[in-house]
Amino acid sequence: MANLETDFIGIKSPNPFWLASAPPTDKEYNVRRAFEAGWGGVVWKTLGEDPPIVNVNGPRYGAVWGADRQLLGLNNIELITDRPLETNLEEIARVKRDYPDHAIVVSLMVPVNEDSWKAVLRRVEETGADGVELNFGCPHGMSERGMGSAVGQVPDYVQQVTEWCKTHSSLPVIVKLTPNITDIRKPAQAAKDGGADAVSLINTINSITGVDLDLFAPEPTIDGQGAHGGYCGPAVKPIALNMVAEIARTPDLRGLPISGIGGVTTWRDAAEFLALGAGNVQVCTAAMTYGFKVVQEMISGLSQYMDEKGFTSVDELVGRAVPQVVDWKDLNLNYVTKARIDQDLCIKCGRCYAACEDTSHQAISMSEDRTFEVIDAECVACNLCVNVCPVEGCITMERLAAGQVDPRTGAVVQDDYANWTTHPNNPAKCAAE
Amino acid sequence: MKDTALTPGITAGRLEPRDYAENFADLHPPLDRHEAVVAADRCYFCHDAPCITACPTEIDIPLFIRQIATGTPEAAAETILDQNILGGMCARVCPTETLCEEACVRELAEGKPVEIGRLQRYATDTLMDRGVHPFTRAAPTGKRVAVVGAGPAGLACAHRLAMRGHDVTIFDGHDKPGGLNEYGIAAYKTVEDFAQDEVDWLLKIGGITVETGKRLGRDLSLGALKADHDAVFLGIGLGGVNALGLDGEDRAGLRDAVDFIAELRQADDLSQLPVGRDVVVIGGGMTAIDAAVQAKLLGALNVTLVYRRGRERMNASVYEQDLAASKGVTIVTNASPVAVHGNGAVREVEFEYTDDDLAPTGQRVRIPADQVFRAIGQKLQGDGLPDLDGRKIRVTAAGRTSVEGVWAGGDCAAGGDDLTVTAVAEGRDAAEDIHKSLVG
Ligand SMILES: Cc1cc2nc3c(=O)[nH]c(=O)nc-3n(C[C@H](O)[C@H](O)[C@H](O)COP(=O)(O)OP(=O)(O)OC[C@H]3O[C@@H](n4cnc5c(N)ncnc54)[C@H](O)[C@@H]3O)c2cc1C
Ligand SMILES: Cc1cc2nc3c(=O)[nH]c(=O)nc-3n(C[C@H](O)[C@H](O)[C@H](O)COP(=O)(O)O)c2cc1C
Ligand code: SF4
Repeated sequence: MANLETDFIGIKSPNPFWLASAPPTDKEYNVRRAFEAGWGGVVWKTLGEDPPIVNVNGPRYGAVWGADRQLLGLNNIELITDRPLETNLEEIARVKRDYPDHAIVVSLMVPVNEDSWKAVLRRVEETGADGVELNFGCPHGMSERGMGSAVGQVPDYVQQVTEWCKTHSSLPVIVKLTPNITDIRKPAQAAKDGGADAVSLINTINSITGVDLDLFAPEPTIDGQGAHGGYCGPAVKPIALNMVAEIARTPDLRGLPISGIGGVTTWRDAAEFLALGAGNVQVCTAAMTYGFKVVQEMISGLSQYMDEKGFTSVDELVGRAVPQVVDWKDLNLNYVTKARIDQDLCIKCGRCYAACEDTSHQAISMSEDRTFEVIDAECVACNLCVNVCPVEGCITMERLAAGQVDPRTGAVVQDDYANWTTHPNNPAKCAAE
Repeated sequence: MKDTALTPGITAGRLEPRDYAENFADLHPPLDRHEAVVAADRCYFCHDAPCITACPTEIDIPLFIRQIATGTPEAAAETILDQNILGGMCARVCPTETLCEEACVRELAEGKPVEIGRLQRYATDTLMDRGVHPFTRAAPTGKRVAVVGAGPAGLACAHRLAMRGHDVTIFDGHDKPGGLNEYGIAAYKTVEDFAQDEVDWLLKIGGITVETGKRLGRDLSLGALKADHDAVFLGIGLGGVNALGLDGEDRAGLRDAVDFIAELRQADDLSQLPVGRDVVVIGGGMTAIDAAVQAKLLGALNVTLVYRRGRERMNASVYEQDLAASKGVTIVTNASPVAVHGNGAVREVEFEYTDDDLAPTGQRVRIPADQVFRAIGQKLQGDGLPDLDGRKIRVTAAGRTSVEGVWAGGDCAAGGDDLTVTAVAEGRDAAEDIHKSLVG
């Protein structure tokens, strides 16, 4: 069993799996049970100023399912905690006292004025919590009041509030970013410039999960109406991974610690975030779908993977994939592959044929007896047939060795690396150095 | 002339050579990776899952299935083996239709449970194929424990004791360890010598010595074992077989089903194993079904299983009954044997039809038979054992017997079903109690 202990900006936890700020971390009862179940840390459900906010009393969540009701995406219109500040602070102090080795970070969202932040920070420090996370991400309700993503979408505000927090508190400050923005690097840079110790991302994505076609109202529907909510769960992982990678690979942001959030459901999801530069991960939807126990699979899986790879600490995995994330222009155009169909595995469904024939490059032939074969002279190696084939491993991409002729282009495959920047078709090409 | 299904009497080689391999192939072939992932995907990861409660060893089934779903069958195997060190055998032999899979919420919802047994096999096979033994021993305690019986109960007990740092010697009267895993379970449930492979794998923990050919009551006494060890565990199973108490029960051709099965399990070449043309099996449990099915698979022409009560009272599950029927076994119920006819060798068995309370109806039937298997239950064998409760050794929930320092579990102990998985649970739990009593 690999050692999963992590030190994220000085905050230690038995493993890199934290519960994200959300209902699972809204009270002492939950957090104690989460720690007992194996979670390494929590970010407490976002605290606000008193009087507490109110939530809707109809449905808060909408969902997107697979055919077998597997929950693929969740959408919510819940606001921050609706419990009094004092209650939350007392509970945080009690739990932290009993779980000194687990991470407790407190998420905060108060109006954009220095006194509000100063006041709440002082209260949080008294609890003994390990750090604060600034919720600049909530995309519904709070944003209408000038908080949450309304702050996160304006880099100047992000920087300003971060500065206040660094000035008025000695606690580590994590800035939680909203994905509802064009370029995630901008608010990340602002957080860094404001002195943030880390960023966490992503918060939820603006969304409507569906429309009730009898009521003609978005779901979840409250008395015949609906509002956009925040999307999360497995469906958002690819978006989150990209945003994490963008921050991790940007030279100006290099070294800014990242807490990865968005669709982490299995150990593998977590490992992917870590490889793309996250120092730990936060989880919400998976816990809300399967219960706290789901962390046990994450722990055993990550541990097995690390043992197999010979990694003795989580740090050895963190960022390992970052150097391989590049701009399109850096990709090797001399890397030539062709699809290969394994006839022994092929079940003759013809999906590859339909996909290639109708929507790609007419590079698969079909015989009377339903044998499907790749026509190398047409195959551009787009990978669509691989993606639509129902049999894993049946269609693969095989690299043409240097010296072979690519029947499609008639060109001999070169074994050197050459990308777009030096390609003759590039009007702006620069000479190879 | 070559023998065929039609040849009268008890004879070998009724089938073509290749038929034997086909007939005795894996009943449930292993899942490949893709099949396993698809099967795993159906698990709902239920809270406080009913399948866990239904498993006598309380394996965390949703967790191990999730570990399969996420591509870590090795971790899944550890989850299984942590609770049930013979999880590999149990995956093959458990009547899951009356245990975990019966409790599966998808059984309730769709009549199609998650294939827990086959998934368990996928996980444990993956780990064992790698030759990995994921458990290690605690620091040595210097305590010595004798385990009598190398069946599932004894093996599970020994492994857990070794893990806790004790030194264990297992004594078994047979030539090979494994108990009924080796000598009893139907051949098509545990192919390719899996029983011995599993024992070898289990012993990799270290600290366990196996002494075969040592029988309690013949080569060993309980008193001497107690004197030489800090604790004794009895997992001797049920060595005796109930008699029918009929006229003509000594006729040639009539024998115990368990002996026939043991012989079959030990046969190197099934085409050399004789079987009757008209076989009658008397009994209604797993042993009766296994004898009937395997007789049929060996090429018997007619196999009739006769049970004295109604079908719903049969110990064999509906699944097992259907399996027998699908192999061509005729099941006759509400008929009690009254006589075995024949001149030297058995020729017919006479039955009287009974009602559900076993009251005779006066109607009789004679079923032709050149071979008859007795399968009306096994019984405890041995003198000088701790006090009994009915016909088995009396034990507490933790497996303590009436004799200080002696524990018992598995088929020989009162309470619990006579199943491999129950024996494992009882052996494991007794080991924990022995451990507690030894280290204070
Ligand atoms: C034909 C048959 C088929 C079965 N099929 C299934 C099935 O499909 N699924 C299922 O779950 N269960 C099945 N069972 C039941 C299952 O095999 C038993 O419940 C299980 O093996 C009990 O384990 P045990 O360790 O208590 O006893 P056993 O497996 O009987 O092991 C007892 C061991 O003790 C040894 N022993 C006995 N007496 C002495 C002595 N005096 N001194 C030294 N050693 C001794 C024996 O040699 C043996 O190795 C079947 C049983 C039979 C008979
Ligand atoms: C019901 C619900 C309430 C949430 N409330 C908060 C919140 O109060 N503060 C916050 O920072 N994020 C909140 N989030 C966002 C999560 O912390 C997390 O960023 C997001 O759900 C993505 O992670 P996931 O895909 O693992 O769920 C909430 C999410 C959900 C589903
Ligand atoms: S999850 Fe609990 S609180 Fe929510 S609707 Fe269902 S019963 Fe009510």
